[in-house]
Amino acid sequence: MTAYTELAQTWQRQAQGALVIVKKNAMLYYLKPPVLIFGVLFPVFFFLAFKMGRPIPAESVVPGMVAMALWFTASAVGPLVTPWERRAKTYERLIATPVSLKAILAGDVLSGLIFGVCLSVVPILLGLALTDAFIVGPMKLAGGIVLGALSFATLGVLLAAPPASSPSNIMLLSNLVRLPLLFVSGIFLPIADMPPWARWVAPLSPLSYAGDMIRGGFGQAGYFPAWLGPVALLVFSVVLFLGAQAFHRRWRAKGL
Amino acid sequence: MTSDNEKPAIEVRGLAKRFDDVQAVAGIDFEVREGELFGFLGPNGAGKTTTVRMLTGVLEPTDGTASVQGHDIRTEALLSRAHMGIVPEQANVYLDLSLWQNLMLMAELHGVPRRQRVREGERLLKTLGLADRRRDKARTLSKGLRQRLMLCTALVTGPQVLFLDEPTSGLDVASARLIRQTVQELRDDGLTVFLTTHNMDEAEEMCSRVAIINQGRVVAIDTPERLRSAMRSSQYLEVAFDGDEVDLAAFERLAGVLRLTRAGKCVRLYGEHPGALATEVVRLAETTGVGITHLCTRKPSLEDVFLYFTGDHAQELEQ
Repeated sequence: MTAYTELAQTWQRQAQGALVIVKKNAMLYYLKPPVLIFGVLFPVFFFLAFKMGRPIPAESVVPGMVAMALWFTASAVGPLVTPWERRAKTYERLIATPVSLKAILAGDVLSGLIFGVCLSVVPILLGLALTDAFIVGPMKLAGGIVLGALSFATLGVLLAAPPASSPSNIMLLSNLVRLPLLFVSGIFLPIADMPPWARWVAPLSPLSYAGDMIRGGFGQAGYFPAWLGPVALLVFSVVLFLGAQAFHRRWRAKGL
Repeated sequence: MTSDNEKPAIEVRGLAKRFDDVQAVAGIDFEVREGELFGFLGPNGAGKTTTVRMLTGVLEPTDGTASVQGHDIRTEALLSRAHMGIVPEQANVYLDLSLWQNLMLMAELHGVPRRQRVREGERLLKTLGLADRRRDKARTLSKGLRQRLMLCTALVTGPQVLFLDEPTSGLDVASARLIRQTVQELRDDGLTVFLTTHNMDEAEEMCSRVAIINQGRVVAIDTPERLRSAMRSSQYLEVAFDGDEVDLAAFERLAGVLRLTRAGKCVRLYGEHPGALATEVVRLAETTGVGITHLCTRKPSLEDVFLYFTGDHAQELEQ
């Protein structure tokens, strides 16, 4: 067997392992209360708080609603899985399988991505059905959703690394990161209209780029150059994944 | 040691683990032969679980290495883990999945083909008395049944080496017996088993060889029988005399008596040759007119051996 074939087989085995992790997460965690509360209810209430009583055309808030829903849903699964497994004492058995840590984390990222992409369909359909919003750039919209979900899910997996005694501690930490980023990413107010300090901070959030691409998909003006969104989201995903891998490796045996 | 053409299933060389200021495992060496049921004994905090966690890839060793089925746990971690079935000390099954889903999940993570995992899963559930509960959520199982399911999930992957960390600790008698029986059958079928336990009777009954670990070091390693025989000074003669007014000092002065202790109504005379001692005791009893109601020689149990190596004598041995 050549080294190339062996490498290809290893990658194939690890990819299969990651898909099994996705299946496990879907069966176990998609319907867990913390995922539903922080992933589904949060964005709905944020939207209502933002929209009600304000003279804004409904169709103009649809892209923001989609981006916000994606932000919360895609990043909700990751912070739950590892802490939950640690508490339920299933984590040790999982990391002793012949599936590498990288593949386990990739499976967790994929779980968040699928959850986020699927649930983002709901606000899109509601927006199209109930408002005058319409899609002018389907590829841009799809790219923003998929790449956004990828980077948000990776952020969620990174946030799950600290060895907390309880999943709620990690959910708290994740909200400590997600909420401030939500307000500086041009979801409620276009980045161009935000104060100068916020315009400086906005590029540090992956949500800014995903929101920009989604906005473009609905025919609204973007803040960043068109090429920058996909590149930035890919870079965010890679950097966050490498960080997640390093921190999960470092803390994997803590609190077993 | 294994012969040149017989490759060990597990080979441990200078394996060490340090947690901040604590040296949990201090450079241990041993081998486990293929098809052997190897017991790993030690008091709480001796380094048993840390060793198992290093061997199973959960913890990174600080120093040294080991191989499982010829694959180095550091450089070929995934390959070494592919050969293992594991029942960790505190691990649990997925409580919100059914028994069948738990089994299939673990088999899929090990890449077991569908037909094989279904066949093995059905066979194992039947063997361990869980076939009727296959659709139930694992949450509904008692501790004993969960441990049986853990064993099923370890075996459904078709391992060549099985790690069992305190598998019968705190279980009901029926579950503990079934697990012991299943493990012994697996050993008879050629599976290598690495068993850590506190239960000395279990180790003595099941293991072909045992290692005793204390304060992170392997202090003894051999068959239970040889370890017991090696402790000649702990062999004794047990005697019960007729009547209370017996001059025990005279018996303690007999040649070959290392020490004398009382155990209820009996007296224990420790010596390297309890058989010869028995003759001397009978002779003295006849001479002094003392009746004997009970007399027998005893070898130390594995528990005596364990206490010898991990108790007060441990420091003497180290010195």
